[in-house]
Amino acid sequence: MTLSLDLRGVHYSYPDGSAALHGVDLRVAAGERVALLGPNGAGKTTLVLHLNGILHGGAGEVAVGGLAVDPADRARLMEIRRRVGIVFQDPDDQLFMPTVAEDVAFGPANLGMRGDELQQRVDEALAAVKMSEHRGQTPHHLSFGQRRRVAVATVLAMRPEILVLDEPSSNLDPAARRELSEILRDLPVTLLMVTHDLPYALELCTRAVILDAGRIVADGDTVDLLADTDLLRRHRLELPFGFDPRLAAAQLGI
Amino acid sequence: MGAGHAHPLHLAHDSLVHRLPPQVKIVAVLLYTIIVVMTPRDEFVAFAGYALLIVVVTALARVPAGWLAKRATIELPFVLLAVALPFAGHGERVTWLGMSLSIDGLYGAWNIFAKGTLGVLASLLLAATTTARDLLLGLDRLRCPRVFTQIATFMLRYMDILAEDARRMRIARLSRGYDPRFLWQVKAFAVSVGALFLRAFERGERVYLAMLSRGYSGRLPAPEGGGATTAQWVASAALPAAAACIGVAAILR
Repeated sequence: MTLSLDLRGVHYSYPDGSAALHGVDLRVAAGERVALLGPNGAGKTTLVLHLNGILHGGAGEVAVGGLAVDPADRARLMEIRRRVGIVFQDPDDQLFMPTVAEDVAFGPANLGMRGDELQQRVDEALAAVKMSEHRGQTPHHLSFGQRRRVAVATVLAMRPEILVLDEPSSNLDPAARRELSEILRDLPVTLLMVTHDLPYALELCTRAVILDAGRIVADGDTVDLLADTDLLRRHRLELPFGFDPRLAAAQLGI
Repeated sequence: MGAGHAHPLHLAHDSLVHRLPPQVKIVAVLLYTIIVVMTPRDEFVAFAGYALLIVVVTALARVPAGWLAKRATIELPFVLLAVALPFAGHGERVTWLGMSLSIDGLYGAWNIFAKGTLGVLASLLLAATTTARDLLLGLDRLRCPRVFTQIATFMLRYMDILAEDARRMRIARLSRGYDPRFLWQVKAFAVSVGALFLRAFERGERVYLAMLSRGYSGRLPAPEGGGATTAQWVASAALPAAAACIGVAAILR
């Protein structure tokens, strides 16, 4: 089985000397859906930025679909960035072009696509997040939930091997949150979802890992991790009041 | 590419002028303004002709005169400067309503007023019929250095977000009883401006990281298509050509 993601002993310290990752080992198989859980400051975002070679320089190795991240090899880095689609937490950081369609075209155009092929990618990606009718609008005029969906489309247009979402449900109202989960559930990609939203993790990911203080401290079925109250408490994770993961899993048919 | 960017200077509807590609309109307005500025200040007939051209374009673009006039008030500070000239000017003087006015100063004031107004009206018509986004596309197609158009594109995208940030920060200040009435209370405002700068700076960094993640390598993809046809160039050349004819005819007269 090919591994979408293969991290071995990844270490990282910020230039000011503060250590963020202390040897992260993580393997994600193609087609798997994994939730990356952890308290604030655990190193989740730092880890995400390692996946496509934006941060590097510590010990350890990162490979995406069998291709090792090597910051010195620019062509390979480009391929890595195509394979790893990161959707950042604030869609306003991601959407910077004047119109939705141009923004979605930005990634594939960087890959050298032009003309009809490019248009087709844009149409396909916008259709996947049900935003086709908003293609000519400026991102500023969309609702937050719509902007997040467009942010997902900007990455889907690059046909990534693995989709990485940083806090996908943050700041969404319940309806937008549900709409996004319906879209994400149907996408035929490997998924790594960084989140504090434990019910969302349960809904979308069968497997979960907990990152705390720069290390993976737990790895297993999402429902099992969430049912382990001691484990959650030790790593500053909490279920919403009244939420029973076993019951929810049974309702979801997991 | 209808960006639909709401802007107070843009009048969103359809007309002959709206449909022209932005680059031909930019060139037309630029040439028109140069011709107006080059016309000697005492060719009054020529200026009347130029004004007539503006009226024609306004009608073609279906821009309401009142709408245009209201926005033309941006010119007022410059006109105020012109008003001072007849009093401060030197040379021969005439007496009018008991005021001694310099003839040279009167010409100077007229010069500023006429050329300024025509230039402002032409630019306003360009803005009214072209979205900010299309203006940038037009500049891009005219081979304006991409650094400038890219910076302006980012500004266009993030100005609203920054203004929104500033507005929220102001509301948060007011909600905590901030009521700036004295100069020393300006400190909180100054600190917010600093905070806003830091936010913008940090956002810039995050945007850059997000761009890198999508394969950005120092060059934005060039917008495709949008070339102007010869007919469109000819149509928009009518404005500067007519202006040039009026100017030359007035001088040779």
